[in-house]
Amino acid sequence: MPRTSRVATRRFTWQLASFALVFGCWEIAGRWPVSAAFPPFSQTALAFLRMIADGSLPKAYLSTVQPLFIGVILCGIAGIGFGIGMGLSRAVEWSTLPILIILQAAPMAAIIPMITYIYGIGLTAKVLAVAFLATPVIVMNSYKGIRNTNPSLIQMCRAFLGTRSQEVVKIILPHAGALIFAGLRLGLAMGFIGVVIAELLITPTGVGDLITYHGSVADYPEMFAAVASIILAAAVTIHGLERLERRLFPLEVRGS
Amino acid sequence: MVSPDAIVEVRGVGKTYEGGVEALREVTTAFPWGKLCTLLGPSGCGKTTLLKIIGGLIPPTTGEVWVNGKKVDGPGPERAFVFQDFALLPWASVLRNVAFGLELRGVSKEQRAEVARKQIAEVGLAGFESSYPHQLSGGMRQRVGLARALAVDADIILMDEPFSSVDEQTRRKFQEDLLDLLRHREKTVIFVTHSIEEAAYLSDQIVLLSRRPGTVSRIIPLDIERGRRSPDEIRRDKNYLDTVDEIWRVLKQYVT
Repeated sequence: MPRTSRVATRRFTWQLASFALVFGCWEIAGRWPVSAAFPPFSQTALAFLRMIADGSLPKAYLSTVQPLFIGVILCGIAGIGFGIGMGLSRAVEWSTLPILIILQAAPMAAIIPMITYIYGIGLTAKVLAVAFLATPVIVMNSYKGIRNTNPSLIQMCRAFLGTRSQEVVKIILPHAGALIFAGLRLGLAMGFIGVVIAELLITPTGVGDLITYHGSVADYPEMFAAVASIILAAAVTIHGLERLERRLFPLEVRGS
Repeated sequence: MVSPDAIVEVRGVGKTYEGGVEALREVTTAFPWGKLCTLLGPSGCGKTTLLKIIGGLIPPTTGEVWVNGKKVDGPGPERAFVFQDFALLPWASVLRNVAFGLELRGVSKEQRAEVARKQIAEVGLAGFESSYPHQLSGGMRQRVGLARALAVDADIILMDEPFSSVDEQTRRKFQEDLLDLLRHREKTVIFVTHSIEEAAYLSDQIVLLSRRPGTVSRIIPLDIERGRRSPDEIRRDKNYLDTVDEIWRVLKQYVT
């Protein structure tokens, strides 16, 4: 067997073993007679399959991804735009940076009732909740990516008679590409948090509804399956984006 | 005192940075056409500042620089820069990096590729056209930087400690190759270095700067018959050895 595939097999074995260990511990802890509200892994997994079979889980996800994607795409476009603007212009930086710092520091759960107060309980409010959480990291990453451009490359561009727009297009943006993409990935991760908070605090829909409902009627395996599924969905999506990022911007050729 | 064949004239140039650090004071000197001149001085004496002022990359606080009878107010097509840290685009191939100056000037893709290929071959990097900077050694990267400067066909090449981040053996080979490359070209080179041997080996004229704030301490013309002689013969030349001694006697007083 070639070396690389042997290494890959060994890595896969270890990954499998770590999953087995975690789920095994979960199973044992669940069978410990401490709390009836903590189901073992096996029951949770079965509940998960039941919820897929009866269509409730797919339906819930269909409604959860809507505010998530709309929110992340909207603040992806606007946030990258703002971040680039802030990086390139002192005036935009001066007027926007304080707002972002406040947004980043604000406890979201406290703002959500205000969003509901103004925008009601519909899709708009949930999109806003996602946007509030995802925007700061997207903007800040784009902004920092632009700001951290290697000054020596900018000087080189000027020395070889590059114009300001060539400087932006040929040096600054490619240089910031990797950080901007990383900002989108982190923004999506924040978006997952935002959408679940919105579904728990505003109106129970989608996955938030499954968690609240099954919790209230003491279907703990179902409730845990919903919680685990959203964690799994977020982790897999973010990891996938991270791999894409590494392929698009290999460490050796990225500027920052 | 300014000779009629001077291509670059520095008249009373002083530079004080924001924060009050005075890097240069009243520097007046001239660089003759077609010669290799070195700016040599103790570290922090403003050699690089002076070179960047000549290059039009930073404005002087007082005085002015004239190139080809025109006052410098920015970078120009008759000057090309070689940077201490190479300043290569990490995401671009050797070919694109070498052609970058032409790309910024709007030269067509085929035309600039042709020029770049020729320069790449001349600096001894044929076969590495599609490599990326991270795949090259420090010495090879600086060859790319040199090829980029040669590709725009400027009369004056400004080199900012080009070999300082290259190991001793590579540096010697590079110095020899540089003399070879320049032998048949009518280029004026202004070369910043802190190495006495390097200055004596390469230059037709050495401008010695004093400690900060840098002023011209002495101008030393070199009369070493290079012609067809081997590098080792030059390094054993009596004029070469005397010059090294003389420079050291002057510089010693600045070193504490």
